[in-house]
Order: sequence, then structure tokens, then C-alpha cells
Amino acid sequence: MELRRDVFQAIADPTRRAIIMLLAIQALTPSAIAQEFDSSRQTISRHIKILTECELLEKDQRGREIYYQLNPQKLKGVAEFIEPFRKMWDDRFNKLEDIMKDYQSKK
Amino acid sequence: MERKTKVHAENGKQDILITREFDLPVDLLFKAYIEPEIVEQWMGTKVLKLENRSHGGWEFETTDPAGNKHGFSGVIHEFVHGSKITRTFEMLNSDFGPQLEFLEFEKCSGTRSRLSMHVIYRSVTIRDQVLKLPFEYGVNMAHDRLQEILSKLI
Repeated sequence: MELRRDVFQAIADPTRRAIIMLLAIQALTPSAIAQEFDSSRQTISRHIKILTECELLEKDQRGREIYYQLNPQKLKGVAEFIEPFRKMWDDRFNKLEDIMKDYQSKK
Repeated sequence: MERKTKVHAENGKQDILITREFDLPVDLLFKAYIEPEIVEQWMGTKVLKLENRSHGGWEFETTDPAGNKHGFSGVIHEFVHGSKITRTFEMLNSDFGPQLEFLEFEKCSGTRSRLSMHVIYRSVTIRDQVLKLPFEYGVNMAHDRLQEILSKLI
């Protein structure tokens, strides 16, 4: 099954919110981000991966270093109160689509 | 991640437009709106009445996790098989009043279809309140869960 990462799930975690706050000021390398936390490098990398998967962070290759920066467009989407409403309909329609595909294959 | 369902709501207006493309032929998409057993599955509601014709009526009833029943109903103003449903929608026991909905079903290809749902509310304030409902529900749910955890600790 396809893993669906959504933005709301991503920002539900306090460490991930802290990473977002950090990157709101400037783009940073993964090691610079990890230095700001007590958690292990691996834990922080996992958080960065999740944030990148849902497009809240973007990679910026500068020479040999990778910097992570915030994607303000995506973050703006989260701030909009309309998103839960959209998601409610998206979930319903996904269900409709699944049910009807099942219905079609049974015929 | 692609956003399949789009919601267009302009500031200061009293309507919204919901659009969605489906990986389904248009007749199957339409069927999902008119067969009571299918509506019940994807809308998560009980269908008490669904008269698929112009000047018909409809009534749904949902039961929330706490066991409370909520009624929804309206009239079908225009029904064109396979392409169009114009209806009113009202959440009973709420202050929102009825809203007017224009549902259009379009064929994109033999296997794909598109739904557009244009919803008009009585006022800008009511529209904004309805849009915020799932958001507030989500916040309340999180709050309830927190209370539940806290009450177990005490």
C-alpha cells in the first residue's frame, strides 16, 4: 500500500515543528540542524525525510553540501483553515473511487 | 503529492467550488450518488430517503462516535440522469440553514470522469463557518483525546 504522508501529520510532531522554525530563519545542512537537538543524528534525519516527503522542505545542493530550506508555499497551505475541509472531501472521494473500482471489478 | 480534490473559495464570497477528477467512467461516478447502499458506504451515513428525480427529496442520518444522531435533508430541484443534480442541503438542528448545490458530472475519457460541485450559502459568514467546521472538529477531537488521557492519569 502506498504510504500517504500529509502535511498535518508532519507538523503534529514537536521536533518537526522545531525544525521548521529553525529553517524559517535560514537554510541549513543536516548536520547543522542535528546540532540544535539532543536527539540522535538518525532521529533528526528521519524527521527531515518526512518533512521533505510532504514537500515542506526542499533540498538545495551547494557545492558538496546539501542545504535544506523551507517551502513557504506548502507552509502557507497548512495555515489555511480550508485544508481540513478539502481533506474531508478528498477522503470521501477517495473512498468513493475505491468502492466503485471494487464494484466495477466484481461485475 | 498531488492534490486530487480542489476547493476554490474566494475571500468575501458566499460560494465554494469543489472539483475532483476520478479514475472511473462517468456512469459509475454517477451511480455512487444515486444508489442508496453505495452512498451509505462512502458518505458514512444512513440513507432514509433518496428520490432521484426532479422535485424529489432526500434524507440522511449519521450517528457520531458518541451515539448522537444527526439529520441532513433537502430537495432535488433538477435531476438529469448521468450528468446533473441540483439540490438543497441542510444540516438539521444547526443555524446554517439550507445551501444550494449544483453537481455536474462530466466524462473526461472512457475511463475517467470529473465532478464539479458548486455550493452557494446564504451569506459569507455562514460559508466561512461551514468551511471551518472540520477544522474545529479536528481541534476538538485532539482536545477530547487529551482530556481522556489526563482523566486516566488523575
